[in-house]
Amino acid sequence: MTIQLKTLNEILHNLDEKKHWGTKEYFINMGPQHPSSHGVLRFVLKLEGEIIKEIIPILGYIHRGIEKIGESVSYRNFVHLTDRCDYFSSIINNWAVSRTIEQALNMETNDRIETIRTIFAEIQRIQSHTMWWGVFGMDLGAFTPFFYGFRDREFLTSIVEETCGSRLTMNYIQPGGVLYDIKSNFIKRIKQYIKYLRPRIEEYERLISDNVIVQKRTENIGILTKEKALSFGSTGPVLRASGVPLDLRKNDSYGVYDKVKFSVVIGTKGDSWDRYWIRIEEMRQSLNIIEQLVDNIPAGKHMVTKYTTKIKLPVGYYQSSIETARGILGIFVASNGMENPYRIHMRSPNYNNLWSITDMAVGLKISDLVTIVSTLDLIIPDVDR
Amino acid sequence: MIISILKDAIYLKYGDFVLEKSEISLVKEVIIKQSKFLEFMQLVKDDKDLKFDILLDHTAVDYINENVFHLVYHLYSSIYNHQVIILVEVPRDKPVISTLCSIWRIAEWQEREVFDLFGILYNNHPDLRRIFLEDDWVGFPLRKNYKDNFMLEK
Repeated sequence: MTIQLKTLNEILHNLDEKKHWGTKEYFINMGPQHPSSHGVLRFVLKLEGEIIKEIIPILGYIHRGIEKIGESVSYRNFVHLTDRCDYFSSIINNWAVSRTIEQALNMETNDRIETIRTIFAEIQRIQSHTMWWGVFGMDLGAFTPFFYGFRDREFLTSIVEETCGSRLTMNYIQPGGVLYDIKSNFIKRIKQYIKYLRPRIEEYERLISDNVIVQKRTENIGILTKEKALSFGSTGPVLRASGVPLDLRKNDSYGVYDKVKFSVVIGTKGDSWDRYWIRIEEMRQSLNIIEQLVDNIPAGKHMVTKYTTKIKLPVGYYQSSIETARGILGIFVASNGMENPYRIHMRSPNYNNLWSITDMAVGLKISDLVTIVSTLDLIIPDVDR
Repeated sequence: MIISILKDAIYLKYGDFVLEKSEISLVKEVIIKQSKFLEFMQLVKDDKDLKFDILLDHTAVDYINENVFHLVYHLYSSIYNHQVIILVEVPRDKPVISTLCSIWRIAEWQEREVFDLFGILYNNHPDLRRIFLEDDWVGFPLRKNYKDNFMLEK
């Protein structure tokens, strides 16, 4: 009996000396129920060995025809449907539709409404990013961040629940105002939360950002150059990571974003690390925005029209865009003067951000693909609509 | 740049390409001749004063009574932060237009979506397939005359 001790290096080394194992290209299916696809997104991968040669995203597993439904409901009802698209930016989605309608009707809102809207939009952004951070950790194989992310999101969800009664599909912003006025202890709780989250973000950094494994798995993985990012129609953190400072909060300054100080965070390289780090930094910026606004919410009504007023837009095309947590959400309305829109279209940030993956992931491995999908931060119901 | 000024700039510089001025003053878009469409899009992307480097959105509107589709292209410039909506009319019985894949990569998938839901055909498109619906789906759901067995009558 002989015992032969081997090392891993030897085994790997010996393999090279054996005859070359020929591989051929083959297709493999990933999803639609893959944990990293955050929903029902399916990829068909053409692989050679474990190197991705080609990637074909397949959509439509949660296509509900929201644009078709929109043609048979009134403008007010359509606001509620937008919650079901990007459910982590539901208030921002409501705002986008409301803003389109208000612009079309030249409806003036007051400062109180705009301030409340801005605060809630930033709450949503933080909530979305903490959630994303948790899922990102889980995608890379660390389970703890998932609980941390959910724990910190829970605080915000309960604050929002106290104001508008729902936790996920919030239906808060309506054309002409917000559905309910803020409650008396909203300001107190939000201040508590700001105090609570600041050290938590430092903790996030210690836990994930400083982790060498995470750094190695994100650095130089999935590089999206500036030119490609523009050509692929990416927006939001994905585009900003590539070094384009396009943020409608600054460039279009809706709401009261022109009255607060905040920075647009941009990356230099456009790799997964940049996309990761930008969202961490955006959480801090959003906290700054809320902090500046929460003490001076102006007095006034929370709704300038009656909730039951029927909305009819004049004949024509209307378009307005808004910066959600994931990019530019554009609402396009073709009106024929009736109560229902003749055609209503959502330019969803996720649908347009998705496609850069067909370029970025080529030449990498499947585990890198998981990192890239995670840093793109896709919400599949918004991709499929 | 304010949108109305931008629109005038396009009329001034690219008057040959424009089909007609829009009758509705609220409408901020420019209607382009179908034959010169591809050339126009390439020009406005490269124009140093316009620099529309992002194709933000592409969709269509079905005007069944007028028997036309309006194709809507939403362009954005990340350099000047201005935007404009470009319209092209295609006849409903022959909805063919050239693809923009060579100018903006995203056009490939935005056009696939419009093909899937409206049945617009794109010349020289590398991969014209249905995107949301199954490949054997009959009809184009966002057309105004679309009907199938599962639809409820109002």
